[in-house]
Amino acid sequence: MSGYLEGVLVLLAVNVVFAYGGFLPLAAGQLNLGLAGFAAIGAYSSAYLSNVFKLPPLIAIAFAGIVAGAVALIVAVPVLRTRGIYLALATFALGQIVQAIILNLEVVGGAAGYPVAAFIRLPAIAATAAVVVALVWLLFSTRFGIAVTAVHDDETVADLMGIDVRAFQVAAFALGSAIAGVGGGLYAHHFSFIEAQYFNISLSITIVLYVLLGGTQTVIGPLLGAAVFTLLPEVLRASANWRYVAFAAALIVLMALRPEGLVTGAQLRRLLGLARAQPRHAAVAAALPKEPSG
Amino acid sequence: MSATDPILRLESVSKHFGGLRVVEDLNLAVRRGVRTALIGPNGAGKTTVFNLITGVFPVDAGRILLDGVDITATPSHLRIGHGIARSFQNIRLMPHLSTLENVMVGQHCRNRGVRGVLQPVNLVPRNRWREGARAALVDAGLIEYERSTVGNLPYGVQKRIELVRALMAQPRLLLLDEPAAGLNPTETEALQAQLEKICIGGLTVLVVEHDMHFVGALCEDVIVLDFGRKIAEGSPEDIRRDPLVQEIYLGAPVAQPMERHSARSA
Repeated sequence: MSGYLEGVLVLLAVNVVFAYGGFLPLAAGQLNLGLAGFAAIGAYSSAYLSNVFKLPPLIAIAFAGIVAGAVALIVAVPVLRTRGIYLALATFALGQIVQAIILNLEVVGGAAGYPVAAFIRLPAIAATAAVVVALVWLLFSTRFGIAVTAVHDDETVADLMGIDVRAFQVAAFALGSAIAGVGGGLYAHHFSFIEAQYFNISLSITIVLYVLLGGTQTVIGPLLGAAVFTLLPEVLRASANWRYVAFAAALIVLMALRPEGLVTGAQLRRLLGLARAQPRHAAVAAALPKEPSG
Repeated sequence: MSATDPILRLESVSKHFGGLRVVEDLNLAVRRGVRTALIGPNGAGKTTVFNLITGVFPVDAGRILLDGVDITATPSHLRIGHGIARSFQNIRLMPHLSTLENVMVGQHCRNRGVRGVLQPVNLVPRNRWREGARAALVDAGLIEYERSTVGNLPYGVQKRIELVRALMAQPRLLLLDEPAAGLNPTETEALQAQLEKICIGGLTVLVVEHDMHFVGALCEDVIVLDFGRKIAEGSPEDIRRDPLVQEIYLGAPVAQPMERHSARSA
């Protein structure tokens, strides 16, 4: 495999992981613009663990997820008191704070950046990404998925139905941040060098874009979003400097045509319903006594 | 506890929004196993009473007792666990969930713990909860919409899905906020049949409704509110004859003195 292709695929896998970090809070109706901060926490803590304590990279990365999730859990209490645009601003500020702290943290190199000794290649990264996707998919086939979507759709009614709205928002925020931390850890251990400047607001916005354009309603959306928006710029590479213009134009067209994202729940249900469930329904319906229509 | 003992009691409940007294020193009792209607002109505070009972707003004064237990300070998301479920005046289904998933939201209060939440309800083909929700849809004659996106369904169907969702909580007390509003006569009949069926099990129902025919057909008790106060209560026939109620609803002058009304509400 050429170095270029491996590089693109690694980036794809890392972006997929990031996308699921953004998906969890968005599925619960929260815009987290501090994702890059949690990715940075994951990148730096995993790098520190593998550099200083000589932990194997994948174990260091798993720990990094826990660290990022724990930090998210602590800050969730004040941050999630805000809503809507203020929540976006609060999480944005959070990302900036993380970046500023790392810039001043000499133990991990400060503004000079931090080299990472251990190195992992595409198979390990792709496998980790697959595990993350599988876990999120599993999580969303439980009652958690239904409850989180209910919170996203109507907080008042979700609350009256007995759903602890705040607990689910905090859980989605913390789990998403942990996943972003894992993404940061993967990035750190492949590119061998990390600096605070990489984990800036534009990374957060890019991650959120993957999810919004892929679709927040289904677990498949973020995967598709991350894939399209990692690979599209590479495909457009032939057009040299114009590729960013073409990319941005493609974004706008997509938003106009599919405002709820590439994949929506209704669309997926329609496809699955036609493929699988229809015969069983028909059998059940035939066995029923006729109800008055209404 | 005797069968006549009230399942729900509001004691001197008041609620103000700024200077507006929406509910004022309201006392009411809902008899166990009885279908009670809460009626009154627009702005009488009927929906606010529902919101106070379910905890959407805290009360300013007074107490709310369910089966003798004071639930005035119980957080709203725990009240459904005490057995209070409700429907909404404007349909409030979750637009991004399928019909079946919307119904499963109603089961949430019955498995709130971490283990309940992490049950793979959409993964195991014959999951107990999923099958329970499907059975409820079959019962209500709505199984054909199982996988539909709720937003695209007819209004009457959505109203009935909302009712099934509320019932999935297995409530002791069901609050229905204008269940027949906006339904055509056929849909109203289907709804009435569905409600009659539900009530066979002895469920207590409190319903806000404008349609007096619907109230007369369904309810045994009627409570009339006006400007946040209770002005009359009794059987539907009593209420229809009550001059004060006639005045409020029809604008007719009070023909007789008001002894009848005071005798009833005392």
